[in-house]
Amino acid sequence: MALAIKATGLTKKFGEVVALNGIDIEVEEGTVLGLLGPNGSGKTTIVRILATLIQADAGSAIVGGFNVATEQDDVRNIIGLTGQYAAVDEYLTGRENLELFGRLFHLSKFEAAKRAAELLERFDLTDAADRGIKGYSGGMRRRLDLAASLIGRPNVLFLDEPTTGLDPRSRLGMWEVIEALVAEGTTVLLTTQYLEEADQLANRIVVLDHGNVIAQGTSNELKSQVGGDRIEIVLDAVADLAKTAELIKEIGSAPASIEEVTKTVLLPVSGGSTAIVDVVRKLDENKIVIADIALRRPTLDDVFLSLTGHVTEETQTPDAPKGRRGRKARR
Amino acid sequence: MSLKTSVKVIQETAPRPRLGWLITDSIAVSRRHLLKITRVPESLFFSLIQPVMFVLLFAFVFGGAIDVGPGGATGYREYLIPGILAQTVMFAVAGITVGITEDASKGIMDRFRSLPMRPGAVLTGHTLASLLQNILVITILSLTGLAVGWRINNGFADAALAFLMFAVFAYAITWVGAWIGLHMPNSEVAGTAGLAWIFPFTFASNIFTPVATMPTWLQPFVLWNPVSSLALAARQLFGNPTPLLGDSFPERYPVELAFGYAFLLLAIFAPLAVRAFKTRNK
Repeated sequence: MALAIKATGLTKKFGEVVALNGIDIEVEEGTVLGLLGPNGSGKTTIVRILATLIQADAGSAIVGGFNVATEQDDVRNIIGLTGQYAAVDEYLTGRENLELFGRLFHLSKFEAAKRAAELLERFDLTDAADRGIKGYSGGMRRRLDLAASLIGRPNVLFLDEPTTGLDPRSRLGMWEVIEALVAEGTTVLLTTQYLEEADQLANRIVVLDHGNVIAQGTSNELKSQVGGDRIEIVLDAVADLAKTAELIKEIGSAPASIEEVTKTVLLPVSGGSTAIVDVVRKLDENKIVIADIALRRPTLDDVFLSLTGHVTEETQTPDAPKGRRGRKARR
Repeated sequence: MSLKTSVKVIQETAPRPRLGWLITDSIAVSRRHLLKITRVPESLFFSLIQPVMFVLLFAFVFGGAIDVGPGGATGYREYLIPGILAQTVMFAVAGITVGITEDASKGIMDRFRSLPMRPGAVLTGHTLASLLQNILVITILSLTGLAVGWRINNGFADAALAFLMFAVFAYAITWVGAWIGLHMPNSEVAGTAGLAWIFPFTFASNIFTPVATMPTWLQPFVLWNPVSSLALAARQLFGNPTPLLGDSFPERYPVELAFGYAFLLLAIFAPLAVRAFKTRNK
């Protein structure tokens, strides 16, 4: 399959701060790559380089067959960019914004109006189309912003933290829209700090930390790096803990461990759901009362913790480019 | 069918000359800013209030204490209005500085830069919109001037040249504001910095008082100050009082100098601003 994005050895410094330390990225056409990492890990810098907003100090990148450093106009013709904050004019209406960007995409007046109407309809903004953006909710702004980035029917779409600051419902709405775009064949490069989001949307995930790629693969591949599934059994009586661990040991793929404080037995398993049935049957036969039992798959949080030794929210190094007002306020 | 399709493709891909795109893109961008003025008419209103207050203040309160030669109070009002017009053109620059910094901090600038538009159009469109607003303000102020006793004493041609000069100078000086705006970290700083440099140029000039009343060490600056040239040139062209200090070059050729300053500012700051825009955050 052809590559929509191929970046090799991307390096970028902002003063003394190394934002990117030789990054390689490949995204196949029609797939979603999730760039996952905490603030300051270099996600936004990668997007800005690939979207021709800034130039890398070293390395090269091809987007849709065009070189981002030397063929900027060609790249800009086939990409869409949605940044961390809604990049639309507050004082104009939704329709006026989309028509403005359509005109700047060099659509004719008629085409721009038609495209704007189509996108407003698609993003459920028709009712608010002729109201000023000032009165839009956060979710509506993001939808309009995404609509604006689709004006030119981009082959490659960059979404820089598209759901940061949105409520859960708006986030789900954005996810549906993104999934629909991918189904139509759009290639998406998505940055996020939400592990759940990468898990949900991305075919492949690249984990970044301090400007380095520290892991990559599918969500499942990354999870298997930190071990497989495990069963968590919470008991009523502390006295039963040791007995339980002994009873179920042959069901697991490794010995069970005990956490006395939480009255929990943890059993690594490979069988997944059949194992949980076996455990329940065994404990029931032995009259051990189960307060709670669940099959836990490792989350990307576990992945991140095991790869970097810190959880995702921990590193709050400021993101490199200046002029980033309002980011903290949105969190 | 196939013919139709191929024609369409040709239409879509036919490269328009860069200048052509620069013009259409600039019009699209300036339309955005003009729409904004209609959405927030308060900004236009308050940009008018201040110079009108200055007209009233100087015409009726301070004016009597300033001697510009024959004509007394009426003479001073004729002297004042071209100065107020020059001052207004200068203060309008702060608006574009803040506007550009705001765009940059809100991310819409990034959107523009990721579009296949001519990059310079973001600035030419903004400066053009600002020029149109300036023309409107100058028109209203001139009418206010006529109401308080200012008169155009020379012919139509000279007056037209004077207004053209204000427009050209206003457009040129806006690019300085745009360039500054591209270097400001946020709109609060842009608001103060955008005004700070305007003050010495606006007030250390002949717009309110003749050069002769100022200390000798300041006079050379005032004489060569572009704002003084603009005001003096306008007074000459409108046939208003022009109390001169002597026979220096800036007092002999104010019209030429005002246009010269305008073209010089444009030649320096338009390319600087476009370059700053293109290389932002690089």
